[in-house]
Amino acid sequence: MNTLIQLIFGLLAALIVGSAVMVVSVRNVIHAALWLIACFFGVGALYLLLEAEFIAVAQVLVYVGAISILILFAIMLTRESEGARYMVSGWRLVVTALVCVALFGAVLVPTIFTHTWNVPPPAVATPGSPAPPEVLAGVEDLGRGFVFSYMLQFQVAGVLLTVALIGAIVIAFEERARRRRVLTLAEEHEVRKRQKPARPPATGERAPSPQAAPMSDGEQG
Amino acid sequence: MTNAIPLEAVLMVAAALFCIGLFGALARRNMVSVLMGVELMLNAVNINLVAFWRYLEPGFVVGQTFAIFIITVAAAEAAVGLAMIIAIYRTWLTSNVDNVASMKG
Repeated sequence: MNTLIQLIFGLLAALIVGSAVMVVSVRNVIHAALWLIACFFGVGALYLLLEAEFIAVAQVLVYVGAISILILFAIMLTRESEGARYMVSGWRLVVTALVCVALFGAVLVPTIFTHTWNVPPPAVATPGSPAPPEVLAGVEDLGRGFVFSYMLQFQVAGVLLTVALIGAIVIAFEERARRRRVLTLAEEHEVRKRQKPARPPATGERAPSPQAAPMSDGEQG
Repeated sequence: MTNAIPLEAVLMVAAALFCIGLFGALARRNMVSVLMGVELMLNAVNINLVAFWRYLEPGFVVGQTFAIFIITVAAAEAAVGLAMIIAIYRTWLTSNVDNVASMKG
């Protein structure tokens, strides 16, 4: 039984860390978002392994179901055509990697292994009577906590969500008069086909038309 | 379960996830990618909270409550952040963090 749990934990850890590495290293943003979904799933399974069922379900609902879809929508709305410079380069990349590796190797790992965690010793079975079952706070206790002890915090979280919802709408709202019409792919194709004979093909750079939504993110400047 | 896996192993996974997320938030140029790095870091913190709850205080509900609140705040943060990204894209026509430097001194 222990070996099985260790095997599952090893696989989950490999899934989480591997997909997280893919999220930060892959060039295409859409692929990064898909790897992010895999990472969220791995974290949810880890919660399940840690016997926090409600948080595992909340993780799948909120992160996999909502946040990743939101991220995919944002990617598609900003229409990022990822160029060669998707990551910082040169000394900035070196410094960034150094900071992260140093944080991991010099701060976190020594702290984790030198600190004495007061993990309570596992219940041992005395001869004659089986080991007493471990008391584990479940969903019932969580619900009771939200209704009694953490009522105020629960309400504040509700207010926070409402404010965030209204704020997101206000920030992303666009007045009708200023709204640009985003062309569909077929219309954009038409526009580009009409422009092509007018331009010498040797330059290889497409001209932004006044009506067309911009394709690139202004990196050629 | 607590006998099979030491607490340090879970914390190591969370620490690795946090550092990878930090690297993503600092090194990527796309705003959405930066937000993905932040989400990875929040997930690492959540793993830590659930692990501490499971190993140190399994009978109390506080650790799980904290994790739920962090998920709530992460959802609010993602919604507002993505709305800001869309607003910035509309104004500057870019989603590259290096191009949005009008507040730089």
